[in-house]
This record gives sequence, C-alpha cells and structure tokens, in this order.
Amino acid sequence: MNRKFVSLWLALIMAVAVLAGCAAPAAPSGDAGSTSSDTAADTSADTSGGEEVTLEFTQWWEPELPEGEFRALMDEFEAQNPGIKVELISGPYSATKQQVVAGAATGTMSDVIGLDGAWVSDFVKQGALASLSDLMSEAGFDDSELAAQIQLNGATYMIPVVNFVYPLFSNADLMAAAGIENAPSTRAEFADAAAALTNADSNVYGWVLPLSLEAPNGIQNDVMAWVWASGGSMMADGQPHLTDNEAVSSAMEYIKELYDAGVITPGAFSMSEQDKVEEFTNGRVGMMIDSLAHINLIRERNPDLNFTIAALPAVEGYTGARGLPYASWGIGVAESTPHKAEAWKLVQYLMSEEVNSKLSSIANAFPGNVNSTPDFVESDELFGAAFDIYQAGYPANEFVGLPVAEALMRSFDEQFQLYLDGGQSLEEFLTNAQEAWAENF
Amino acid sequence: MTVTTRTSARARWYKTSKRLAPFAYLSPTLVLLTILSLIPIVMVFYYSLMDNVVMNPDPVFVGLKNYVEILTDDVFHTALFNTLYFTLMSVIFHLIIGLSFAMLLNTDAINPFTKALFRVIYILPWVFTASIIAILWRLMLNPNGVINYLLEWSGLISQKIEWLGSRQVALHAVTFINIWSGYPFYMVSLLAGLQGIPNDMYEAGTIDGANKQQLFRFITLPQLRPIIISLAMLDFIWTMQQFTLIWMTTGGGPIRATEVLSTLTYKMAFSSYEFSLASANAFVILALSLFVAYFYVRHQGATNE
Repeated sequence: MNRKFVSLWLALIMAVAVLAGCAAPAAPSGDAGSTSSDTAADTSADTSGGEEVTLEFTQWWEPELPEGEFRALMDEFEAQNPGIKVELISGPYSATKQQVVAGAATGTMSDVIGLDGAWVSDFVKQGALASLSDLMSEAGFDDSELAAQIQLNGATYMIPVVNFVYPLFSNADLMAAAGIENAPSTRAEFADAAAALTNADSNVYGWVLPLSLEAPNGIQNDVMAWVWASGGSMMADGQPHLTDNEAVSSAMEYIKELYDAGVITPGAFSMSEQDKVEEFTNGRVGMMIDSLAHINLIRERNPDLNFTIAALPAVEGYTGARGLPYASWGIGVAESTPHKAEAWKLVQYLMSEEVNSKLSSIANAFPGNVNSTPDFVESDELFGAAFDIYQAGYPANEFVGLPVAEALMRSFDEQFQLYLDGGQSLEEFLTNAQEAWAENF
Repeated sequence: MTVTTRTSARARWYKTSKRLAPFAYLSPTLVLLTILSLIPIVMVFYYSLMDNVVMNPDPVFVGLKNYVEILTDDVFHTALFNTLYFTLMSVIFHLIIGLSFAMLLNTDAINPFTKALFRVIYILPWVFTASIIAILWRLMLNPNGVINYLLEWSGLISQKIEWLGSRQVALHAVTFINIWSGYPFYMVSLLAGLQGIPNDMYEAGTIDGANKQQLFRFITLPQLRPIIISLAMLDFIWTMQQFTLIWMTTGGGPIRATEVLSTLTYKMAFSSYEFSLASANAFVILALSLFVAYFYVRHQGATNE
C-alpha cells in the first residue's frame, strides 16, 4: 500500500510540476525569453524606485550589420543616457515581423520596434503604435531634419531611420559587348538594350524580374518602379487607382512586351529577390532594379563583375523628377510601453545627424536625417553616383502605409502573372487587381 | 466508536485513492495534452466563430459566417483540389517507390555490402529537412539548373522548362519533390515488415507451385497490409499539412497553381491578417485530418484485437 501511495503522490507532484513549468513566469528582463509586458512591469517597478529603465528594442537590423556595430551604438546611447539600458531583440526580417504581429495582437510589443512601412497601417488600426507626433511635441523635437515621416490620420507613427533605394544596375561588360555605351534612360532605350543583351543560347538575358508569391516585393521594387520613375501613381485620393490610369496601364503593357519578347530571364514567376541578385552577380543578366544594400554582396560574390548604377528609365519625353523605389528600416514606439519618453530618447538618438550618418554608413543606406551624409558617398564611386540619383529624384514607395500592403502586392502579383501568361487581357488584369485591392480599403 | 469512525474514514480514503490512482498516473500526460493540444484547438475553434480576432480589439460572435465564406470561395476550392492531388499522389507514389526499394533491399540476389550501400543512398532524402530539400530542388529545377541541362543534353527537351514557374507544371513538380523526400519512411518501415515474414511461407507457396507474382500477391502483400494501411493513413495526414516545402519552392504560385490549404491559411493569417478566416480554414484541415485519423484509430483497434 505504501508503495502505491508514494507512487500516487509522485505522479501528482509530476503533474503539478508540469503545470507549474507551463505557467512559470517569464525570465527576468535581461533574458531573451522575456516578454515586453513582463519587462514593462519589471522596469516600471524599477523606475518607481528611481532605478534604471530597460528598453526592449525588437528589430532585424543587428544581424544585417557588421557584428557588434549596432550594439556599439546602443552602448553609446546608454553612456549618454544614464539610467536607460537597451536590450536588443534581433532576428531575421520574417521572424521579426511575426514576433511584432503577435506582440501587437497580445499587447506585448517591445518598447521600441523596427518597422517596415508596409506594416504600419495594420498596427495603427490595432492601436499598437504610439503617436510619434505627440512624443515629438512633448520632447520639443524639431522634425524639420527628418527626411520622411509615415503618417496616418495626421499623426506620425513611423520614422524611416535609413533608406535603401533601388536604382538600375547594369553589367558594364555585357553592355559594352552588346555595343551599348550608356545605361538606358528611357523605356525605348531599355527595351533596345535588353534585346541586344539577350542571348538565350549563352543563357544571358536583358532583364530579370522576380515575381515569387512567397515574397511578392518584386511588385513594389521591380514592377511599380516603372510607374513611379515616370512620375505616375497607383493611388488617387488614398484609394487604389489601377483602372483608367495611363501611368499604370502603359507600364504594365511595357513589361508584358518585354516578357513576350523573351528578354526577361526565364522562371520569373517563382523567382525571388535573392535569385535576381544571384543571376546578376553571375553575369547571366544585363540589367536589374535592385537595392544598394546588395552592392557589397555582389562585389564579395563576384569581385570581377564590372557594373554601374543609373536612375530608372522613364517614358519618352518625361522631364520631371524620377521616383526611386525604396525600402526603409523604420522605427516606432509601442503604445503599451510605460516608458514612452525614454523610448523617444532612443528614437531621437538614432535620428540625430551624427548617429544617423554612422548607421547609414555601416548599413550602406541613405540617411533618414536630411543633414546626415554617409561616409561611402565620398569614398565609393558607385555609392556616390547613387546618392546623386537619390538627390535628383525622390524616394517613391506608395505601398508604405497601405493596409495589408503585402497582401496587396500578392494579389496584384497573381493577376499580373496571369496577364503575362496570356490568361487575361490588360483591362481584365487591372480590373481584377483593382477589385482585389478595393476590398481592403 | 471513535476508533471505528477513524478506521472507516481511512478505508474510504484508501478506496478513493485507489480509484483515483490511474488518473493520477495519467495526469502528467493529460495536463500536457490539455495545454498543448486541447486548449489551442478550442481557442482556434472559438476564433473561427468570431469577427476577425487579434486585429479587432472587440471581436463579435458571427457563428458559421467564416466557414460559409471560405467554403464558397473559389480560391479555397482550388486549394482543396491541389491539396488532395498533392496528398493522394504523394501517398500512392511513396508506397510504390518505398515498397519497390524495400523489396530490392530485401532480396538475396545482391551482396550484403551493395545492399548496405544502397540502404544509405536510398534513405538520404529522409535525412534532409524540408527547407534544405526546398533549396536543393529550387536550384536543380531552376530554368538554368542541372535538370534542364541534363534533359537538353540528352535531347529529351528542346527548350528550357520552367518547372516551378509554369502553372501547367508547378503542382506536379512540387508533388514530385515531396514524393522524393518522403519515400524512405515507407521503405524503412516496409523493409522491417518484409524481414518479419517467415521464410516458411514462401517455401510452402513455392512447393504449392506459386510463381513470383503469386508469392507477392498472396503472401507478401497480405503480410504487409497492416503496415501499409497504417503508413498510408499517417502519410495522408502529414502530407495534407505540408507547408514548408511548398512555401519555400513556389509560395503557392504561379498564380494559384500550387496553392494548398496550409499556404492559404498562412496567407490569410500573416499577409491579410484575417485570423478568424485562417482559423476556420485551419479547422477544416483539422476536420479532414480527423476523418482519416478516425479510420486509422479504428484500423489500429481492429489490428490489436
């Protein structure tokens, strides 16, 4: 009986232990496993005692920067702001996105968050982001030095810290071999160049177009770029404007002509941005629209590749400023954080002229502070050229701030693929895409 | 009197504890199952009955509206068809290839060293994770990849095939990749089954005048039947939930050519932020899996009897 009794109690203790293990409180704030709300609770207790505040900062930037560089900037911030510590929670872009989505839903967002412009609208709808306009005015911050602010309903919710622009990359050796002297400036010149560069027998094509549905950002960077480069827009009064829009229809028709002419690298429908860069790096494609962030990667992978950078081609006769697609490392503050003032100090620090110059230099990106100048502009010819293009044009990305931006790109992508594949006419494509988009507005 | 009461109380406690003992032994498992399975399932079902949870701070009860919406959606029908095609073809070819290789490895016609070598080679696809398999096949099936090169070189095709980029071919291509990656599980299980068939049965069959085909049909297959049925049912459930492989090779595209229920659910949740619709979709997948699981459990019960 005793043995049975002991076994029974052991089993009960195990059950309780399992329950306790599952319901155990999260690790202390210094632990990567802690949640924002736990940290917030810990830190508010600390603050009330006049002790230090620990800010959680979730972003995907740290892994993309040279090791230790971003932490060094945070250490500098901590030294300048005694009593505030920054705990970096870093991960790849997609993992960060899921973490932030879950945090927004459950009210456990980190105090400061790295944001993509495509996420902002949805988080604002959920009430997960704090109004930076309020924080700026409380801190008496002059926002004239910010290059851009992502606003919704008249309030700023995201500030682009650094921007990665997407100019036209050309393989100079392939261009020279095809008898093309300068990078194309108009759509007609681009079509001629693409045709001259294409040699299917040697596996070389004029242009590369990634349309993978897994990550449909090719619609933003490689397709809509043609609309923005000629000063066009896919929106009107805050609503989708895909039908009866000459700027959009002419750009789509133009890409279809290139596709039908066979000057685009095969496999476009399943190609991702990474594949695009790989094709260009290996000398199998003459031209691509890509992020400046990839310059060093291309140089590392193929040091012998001779390439140049130019503004995106526009329609014939267009003389206005050319829109240049961009992606940002944006920053925002959680509405749920009890440390908004401290969080804003961190944002302000990252946006300051000196720190923003440093960050853009190590990220190979363009600064979010209008007064900052990254080092590479002076030291690197290609980046210098890109900076000139950036300053002559304007950063254009109409997906920033739109609701469910990725879903919009994906639904457009599906209709666009069907159009390119001959499954529907241009009118049908744009009407279907417009209908799909309109459901989300 | 007091002594009698104390004794009967002790006896009652002893009886009660004896009755409760089995539950106490089971309790660690029951607690874990409740936390890890039951509560999430109930929550997802609850979400599926609400107006967009997570994104909506005050969701309202909408009943079966989400189910009606997805069940009447053309995209859902496409995804369901693709899922069933992907799953059924995978299960059928897993079985055929797995059984063929298992019989090959069980034969006495090959020397033990060669058999051991082929065991290693044949089991290799099973060693890789889904993401490695996806990357590997993306590279090989690239229009400029090695598969097209070999087919062109051997004269079987005259122009490059966009294996993952063509809506006519993509679903077959991802199904093929899944078949390649999954057959070793069948092979290993069936090989164990084949090795367990007593040789006497074959000898008796041979004495009775049965040829190779008859031995296979009347001895091998019936002996392997319980294993085959279990494998097929488990494989059906697992394959129906396949996500990583399809997501990383085609993302459900081109257009909707490889859209399956799992990729559709993911897009609803993490691209459109329609968590209630995604929950309803996930519940439909659960219902389909449960349907097959029911037969699996019944079959297991019958086998045990």
